[in-house]
Amino acid sequence: MASLTRKKRTILPGFGLSMGYTVFYLSAIVIVPLSMVFLNTLHMGVQPFINAVTSPRVLASYKLSFSAAFFAAIFDAFAGFLVSWVLVRYRFPGRKLLDSLVDLPFALPTAVAGICFATLYSPVGWLGQFADKWHIGIINTPTGIVIALIFIGFPFVVRTLQPVLEELEPEIEESAYCLGATRLQTFRKILLPHLFPALLTGATLAFARSIGEYGSVIFIAGNLPMKTEIAPLMIMSKLDQFDYAGASAVALVLLLLSFAMLLVLNGVQDWQQKANH
Amino acid sequence: MGIELLNITKKFAAYTALDNISLSVASGDLVALLGPSGCGKTTLLRIIAGLDLPDSGKIILENRDTTWLPPREKNVGFVFQHYALFRRMNVFENVAFGLKVLARDKRPAKSEIKDRVEHLLKLVQMDWAMKRYPSQLSGGQRQRVALARALAVNPRVLLLDEPFSALDAKVRQELRRWLRKLHDEIHVTSIFVTHDQEEALELADRIVVINKGRIEQQGTPQEVYDHPANAFVYNFLGNVNVFHGRIRNGWVILGEQHHVEAPDELKNLEEKDGKAFVRPYEIGISRIQSNGSDLLGTITDVRLLGGQIGLELECDGFNTPIEAEISRELFRNLELGRGEKVFVTLNKVKVFTGDYEI
Repeated sequence: MASLTRKKRTILPGFGLSMGYTVFYLSAIVIVPLSMVFLNTLHMGVQPFINAVTSPRVLASYKLSFSAAFFAAIFDAFAGFLVSWVLVRYRFPGRKLLDSLVDLPFALPTAVAGICFATLYSPVGWLGQFADKWHIGIINTPTGIVIALIFIGFPFVVRTLQPVLEELEPEIEESAYCLGATRLQTFRKILLPHLFPALLTGATLAFARSIGEYGSVIFIAGNLPMKTEIAPLMIMSKLDQFDYAGASAVALVLLLLSFAMLLVLNGVQDWQQKANH
Repeated sequence: MGIELLNITKKFAAYTALDNISLSVASGDLVALLGPSGCGKTTLLRIIAGLDLPDSGKIILENRDTTWLPPREKNVGFVFQHYALFRRMNVFENVAFGLKVLARDKRPAKSEIKDRVEHLLKLVQMDWAMKRYPSQLSGGQRQRVALARALAVNPRVLLLDEPFSALDAKVRQELRRWLRKLHDEIHVTSIFVTHDQEEALELADRIVVINKGRIEQQGTPQEVYDHPANAFVYNFLGNVNVFHGRIRNGWVILGEQHHVEAPDELKNLEEKDGKAFVRPYEIGISRIQSNGSDLLGTITDVRLLGGQIGLELECDGFNTPIEAEISRELFRNLELGRGEKVFVTLNKVKVFTGDYEI
């Protein structure tokens, strides 16, 4: 009878050890630092907290961060779809190179990207001179911020979409053609429903990443109060003024919003898996 | 004529997939394209469907030249080896797809679509699964849904690419019989591709044997099986013993000096090398010598082949073992076993020399 009470045997060894490591790692690297944000704001009291996060400058920065990230994510969804389609469906010389170029925004220090954008779009830069001639504001405007965020979020869409595209057999499309569907119908009724969850996941990842992006944005944004200040910059400037509590308050709101985004993302992934069974 | 192919040629970079193939399929026939993998049979099927384009040649479906039409205008039903069902649609939506994508003026009313889909799903015995998703079905069930989906658009011809090869043996056999019955009911001109000679023999009205992009032989299963045109066809249609033989003075000499009387057509032939083929079940096994030409053999292996017993025999003068198949009853009556000596009679030896049948 003793054998009945013994724990279940599995072939894979070391569950206890690896689980313990996982919990420790998550605590040390993720949970403890993040809880400091909570602890710091606890000293503040409710009214100062509300004051700190609802000051017009901070509110404007939230609005800018979220709207810029949103538009960048939408653009990335389209551009990323196209690029992953080309990378998966066609074989051409230089494909491998193009494929590794996609990862560049992951690998490049964001400050380097920021400086590149600032030089490229400055009124004397390669692209900036045309923008200047036609009176399109890029540098020191929200448009510039969106351009930087598009760059940052782009690989997320491609890398989430690529594997899903790869497992979509060409036969599925071929059978739609044989059944009399036009290309547009096949895209709308077969391909898009299949790819949409992955597309949404990729775009959400790009969006979440863009909200917190700092290095690549500040050089091109110009950081004009109420106009082109992003939320992470607000944290930096509060820290510069030794307002640690205020910085933590702004950070806490960002943290909660990012966490909410991740919850939504998980929901999307669940839905995707259910639909795929 | 249901399907007419004229001089279809298709070359890929390294090899010729189809070499000047011409083929006619009568309306309502069920035809098997049979050949080893890589022989070009699937390419031919895809070309008929418009999923690949030929380098030259013509495809005429029901008296209409469809060579350069895109697949959607060809009106063919295509069933893929791995089903290719739409994963995000349930069974009903899958079958209805072909009707729902019709141009508005040709599209049937919703209730009509519903009736038609239900009718088709009844036909393939899947009407109980209308709300299920493909992932909830077994392979055999998925393939039946795929068939219903292909039939929904009233195709002129139905093309099936190794439709049963992804299924396990039992289901494959069931589905084969069922497809034959279904075809007898609906009589749509059909071509299916297979590398399984049993499947082709059991299912098809006519068999087209293809090898290396060329048609080796075509005919009814009986014709192809009983009168194979050449060594390849004979070899491909079932298990076979191959001997290097020699024809001399009306006799076929196999092994070192085993003589078998040659058939009439080759009595007058002068000496010539050839290959001789004997099917395992055409080999007689006996304890008593029936005539002088019997071989003396030793049983080296005994195998259970379902209803039959397979024997491996080593015979004097033959350097490769001979495979024989006998009934269980005979095996029991002769009290055979490994190491036993028996007399071996080679019946119906088929000899091919060079290009022509003897």
